[in-house]
Amino acid sequence: MAKRPAPGPLEYLRRWPLQLWLAGVGIFLYAPLIALMVFSFNDSRRNIVWQGFTLKYYEKALNNASLIEAFVNSLTIAAVSTFLSLILGALAALALWRFRFPGKAGFDGALALPIVAPEICLGVAMLVFFAKVLPWPQGLPWPFNLGAIIIAHVSFSFPFVAVVVRARMASFNRELEEAARDLGASEWRTLKDVILPHMAPSLVAGGFLAFTLSLDDFVITFFTSGPDTVTFPVKVYSMVRFSVTPEVNAASTILIVLTVVLTAIALKVQGDPASTAGGHAALDRPKDRP
Amino acid sequence: MEQHWKSAKGLFGAVLGPPLFWLVLFFMIPMGIVWLYSFGENRGLTDIALTGTFSNYLRALDPLYLKIFVKSVGIAGLTTLICLVIGFPVALAITFAPPKAKTWLLLAVMLPFWTNLLIRTYALIAVLRTEGYVNQSLEWLWNGFGAVVGVLGLGALGPFQPLELLHNNFAVVLGLVYVHLPFMVLPLYSALDRLDTSLIEASLDLGAGHLRTLLTIVAPLALPGIASGVVITFIPALGSYLTPDLLGGPDSQMIANIIERQFKRANDWPFGAALSFLLMYMTFIAIALQAMLSRRRREPA
Repeated sequence: MAKRPAPGPLEYLRRWPLQLWLAGVGIFLYAPLIALMVFSFNDSRRNIVWQGFTLKYYEKALNNASLIEAFVNSLTIAAVSTFLSLILGALAALALWRFRFPGKAGFDGALALPIVAPEICLGVAMLVFFAKVLPWPQGLPWPFNLGAIIIAHVSFSFPFVAVVVRARMASFNRELEEAARDLGASEWRTLKDVILPHMAPSLVAGGFLAFTLSLDDFVITFFTSGPDTVTFPVKVYSMVRFSVTPEVNAASTILIVLTVVLTAIALKVQGDPASTAGGHAALDRPKDRP
Repeated sequence: MEQHWKSAKGLFGAVLGPPLFWLVLFFMIPMGIVWLYSFGENRGLTDIALTGTFSNYLRALDPLYLKIFVKSVGIAGLTTLICLVIGFPVALAITFAPPKAKTWLLLAVMLPFWTNLLIRTYALIAVLRTEGYVNQSLEWLWNGFGAVVGVLGLGALGPFQPLELLHNNFAVVLGLVYVHLPFMVLPLYSALDRLDTSLIEASLDLGAGHLRTLLTIVAPLALPGIASGVVITFIPALGSYLTPDLLGGPDSQMIANIIERQFKRANDWPFGAALSFLLMYMTFIAIALQAMLSRRRREPA
């Protein structure tokens, strides 16, 4: 094919006005982030004109004890709250998928509330709750001092997990469960060997979502964190309030790279047919047989 | 078939119990307390008496606060409109892209969305501030232009005046569009992806131009998707705290900033609680409007 034919009527991607539009949007979305990353290597305090390559701001960021502490706090909170959100979200999805019960619509609706409620409302609710109802003890050893933030993060993450898992369970063939029960598997065994493998991809997707939501959250953490429980976004916020420094650029670049790597891993795990199909493709197949 | 809960009480309790417990204790109760506080009055520094008063809500009608509500709705509405205008062609291009390009384009739209909000806001500050990249580039162009003018002997241009791009309403709207664009593109894409392409082809075959086809065929068919994109963009934009806080000036405060001030600095929790629930009600109204719109569209079909 030396010359490509003229674009078809619906091949919008091959028309120059749309290509130009896409390029513009791409620059808008990515230029600030790329500039931020490039200038983290810039050997100039004022951070504007390119003065030469350096890694000294990475060194500075990595030697900044409070920044590292905030980073470790954020990762710990994200890991624990993801774990709890996965359990609670999967259970909520199972309850809604499996059972008929009075008040089901109410539970379903209430579960959607943390998703739609504005962050600031949830933030102040958590502030009031931990000030008046359940004052989180001060000065607990790490990681227990992070408890209040973890609780707040689980509250807004697990409904997202429930939504993702429930969407996946909609495609489950209930006859498989009945077959397992008929063949003598216990309730627990059925859950572990039949339902859980079908659920697995949605647990990966939901876990990734919960982890990113937790790592990304500023507003709700801002209202629940104390002076000795600073997370990465809260730390960056206080640094940004003072000035724009290459050190923040370096720390941000590390987090961006981490996000990209995590995204790639999540896509690989979900997109790889061997890992998602391997477990349940064999189980799905009996449906096709006459 | 769904099982009735009474036929497996133990399992039902074990499955529903933990999430229900968590939702009630760590979401409903905190929200309920804030709701109760919105009918309370400050007594002393930390005591709040629940007197059943509506004065907190009446105070929100004060022109000072009413103006902020109107302004917040205006900023969020403008953000949503700009996102729609920018996002629609993007969603259209993704919908009709070949499968491989489609995956990459969707990923390109979603990646900034997964990047930390604070980092994205910080990146914008670095671009927009007085010594930022935009002003630096403009100054460079200005000086270059000035040198040319000087050589031609047309007189000096004078020193470069940097543009005030940060700490104003422009920066807030730009920041909100920057942050919320993926919220708009994804629902639009999923609506356009379900369209029957033969309708578009028929319209094009029968002689309608691309613009006319878009306005009279694609847009009406994709209306439920557009409505959900609008709501999904509008709600977080209306309640945003960080963007107006970091990019805005003294007069670009939005509702969330006022709520934060009541809880942290002004220490007037009842009034903050009332403002917070007014924001909640506005959110619910937006969702209800969208639900009504999508239901009305489904009925005649």
